[in-house]
Amino acid sequence: MKELVVISGKGGTGKTSLVAAFARLAGRAALADCDVDAADLHLVVRANDREEHPFSGGKVARVIDERCTGCDRCREVCRFAAISADPYRVDPVRCEGCGLCVRLCPSEAIAFDAVVNGAWYVADTPFGPLVHARLRPAEENSGKLVTVVRNEARRLATEQGLDLVLVDGSPGIGCPVIASLAGASLALVVTEPTLSGQHDLGRVLELCRHFRLPVAVCVNKWDLNPELAGEIEREALAKGARFVQRVGYDRLFTAAQIAGDSVLDAAGARATEATATGRRAPQTAARASSSADGAPRDEAANVISAKAATPDVATPDVANEVRRLWQALREALDGAAADSAVR
Amino acid sequence: MSESDPGHAPLSLRVAVASGKGGTGKTTVAANLAATVVSDGLRVQLLDADVEEPNCHLFVRPTLKDSSPIEVLIPEVDEARCTLCGRCSEVCEYKAIVVLPTTVLVYNELCHSCGACALLCPEQAISEVGRAVGVLERGVAEVKGAPRGDSAGEGTHEIAFVQGRLTIGEAKPVPAVHAVAGAVDGEADVAIIDCPPGTSCPVVEAVRDSDLVVLVTEPTPFGLSDLRLAVAMVRELGQPFAVVINRADVGDDRVRRYCAEEGIPILLEIADDRRVAEAYSRGQLAIEAVPGLRQQFGALWSAVRAAADDAAGRDSAHARARATRGDTSAEASDSTPGSKAGQS
Repeated sequence: MKELVVISGKGGTGKTSLVAAFARLAGRAALADCDVDAADLHLVVRANDREEHPFSGGKVARVIDERCTGCDRCREVCRFAAISADPYRVDPVRCEGCGLCVRLCPSEAIAFDAVVNGAWYVADTPFGPLVHARLRPAEENSGKLVTVVRNEARRLATEQGLDLVLVDGSPGIGCPVIASLAGASLALVVTEPTLSGQHDLGRVLELCRHFRLPVAVCVNKWDLNPELAGEIEREALAKGARFVQRVGYDRLFTAAQIAGDSVLDAAGARATEATATGRRAPQTAARASSSADGAPRDEAANVISAKAATPDVATPDVANEVRRLWQALREALDGAAADSAVR
Repeated sequence: MSESDPGHAPLSLRVAVASGKGGTGKTTVAANLAATVVSDGLRVQLLDADVEEPNCHLFVRPTLKDSSPIEVLIPEVDEARCTLCGRCSEVCEYKAIVVLPTTVLVYNELCHSCGACALLCPEQAISEVGRAVGVLERGVAEVKGAPRGDSAGEGTHEIAFVQGRLTIGEAKPVPAVHAVAGAVDGEADVAIIDCPPGTSCPVVEAVRDSDLVVLVTEPTPFGLSDLRLAVAMVRELGQPFAVVINRADVGDDRVRRYCAEEGIPILLEIADDRRVAEAYSRGQLAIEAVPGLRQQFGALWSAVRAAADDAAGRDSAHARARATRGDTSAEASDSTPGSKAGQS
């Protein structure tokens, strides 16, 4: 089984939109949305939740009033300023669940309750099962929840005989990202040609090297700053990326999101629209293969065409760029499998 | 304006710029707001608390003057005193300390620095030592004032700059965020904090104690979905907040409708403009690249002050009532998490 993790140091570079497109191109795969802080993949893969499971990532202290003598020991030892006096109370947001106050209270006046701080879901999509999750606001332990989501997606893949797990990661370089990376076959880092994108890519590539993970890079919206895009690509290759691939800036991505669809469906709809209005269809190839990818289609795919019909200055053929990117990823994943077989 | 007088008492306003979704324009809003306000003669501090990926520096290009390590405490076992009794690993809720037959292992990255192992070791064989997880940097950023002939706006102005930077490979950003938040200068008129994305512990640490949280979103399904989560978070914390919509004309109307239904003020809408995107790509402030934006950010500053004053002006009874209402709605939205997918 191979596992592709799509991440980005910087948020908003287009991870989720690309994963939705890959899901269509892969045909069938297990999908895992590991951005548990702000999960969005379910919005664009026609997900229908069929299971909900509570997630308990830790414990929280609670003062039992009848037993509390007000000795102040708990407040004294708490490193997280989570306890206030008169009457003694634990702020559940500040409490890190270390249990030190529970252990040291001479009157056994502090309870230590397991808390439900999120939930995870299994959904059916036309492209395979999706595991996604939601951390309750202001909670911690997102890394643990990411691990639950990934493990569940792998389990479903095995159960259903799927050879691919597609993981939508979270932004940044901290615990949820590390939890989504560990043990993956390949990471795709999605960046954009901005100084922020360049800066954050550098940090993420370093993180991947830290975990010895093979990595590929996509410069999304490259035409926003072609010069910087080129510079970023050269740097990425110098830092060990297997390959780099560009995808152009196109409002089609937003149109697809609004329709709850992938950019491939939106491109298909745009091509249909163009043909219908007698204009030259900019993406005939896109249309042909997007109907061949087996994705179901309904009226929603056409809803976006009205908005998508306002092309930008020089509309790049983003659907084909996304396909080429997927092709390259597929080959790299197969290569990664061969590598590990040799070892 | 009275506050143009350098001798005035500081406003000491603390504004956190946050968002559930990444890439919506937090840094753009924070940096441009700081540069606009400083041109009005106010003392401005800009703090980058997005310690995993700090980017504010790319836009205001500060001269860094000072760098200090951000440290957390971790246990250090004195093997001479240790009897391998196992108490430390028994009391560690994070499985960060493990007692083996001949030695004790500490997993630094799992440790939350709670001190339980050190305090409860019967042999007093554990002491706590500092371990650097990042750096806190301070400096000064010079920005150009408004190109107009009428006031103190011209010339250059200095923004006091602070940023935290998490060491790569470190899993827990909270101590670094905490260090940045702790560097807020009460003598400044306004401290603007660029927060990490998301809705969990790092953001909570950054928005806590602010006078106003500005949530930056975009009018797309992802933007709306993540805005709902961010709103639930700030309500849970009882923090006053308002919304800025970036790339306001790219998507649909659902974010505006949601804000109207929830009674959330929209302080500013920034139009989608390729010039803004290109300026961003070069690390240039949008107000310097697009005429007219400076006025918009000036209006945002007025709106921020009004919203913060409004929140501060209510008496404690009102504040309590507001907090209660906030809690109730946060719970209501949490009790139906399954409905989230149903909306798609």
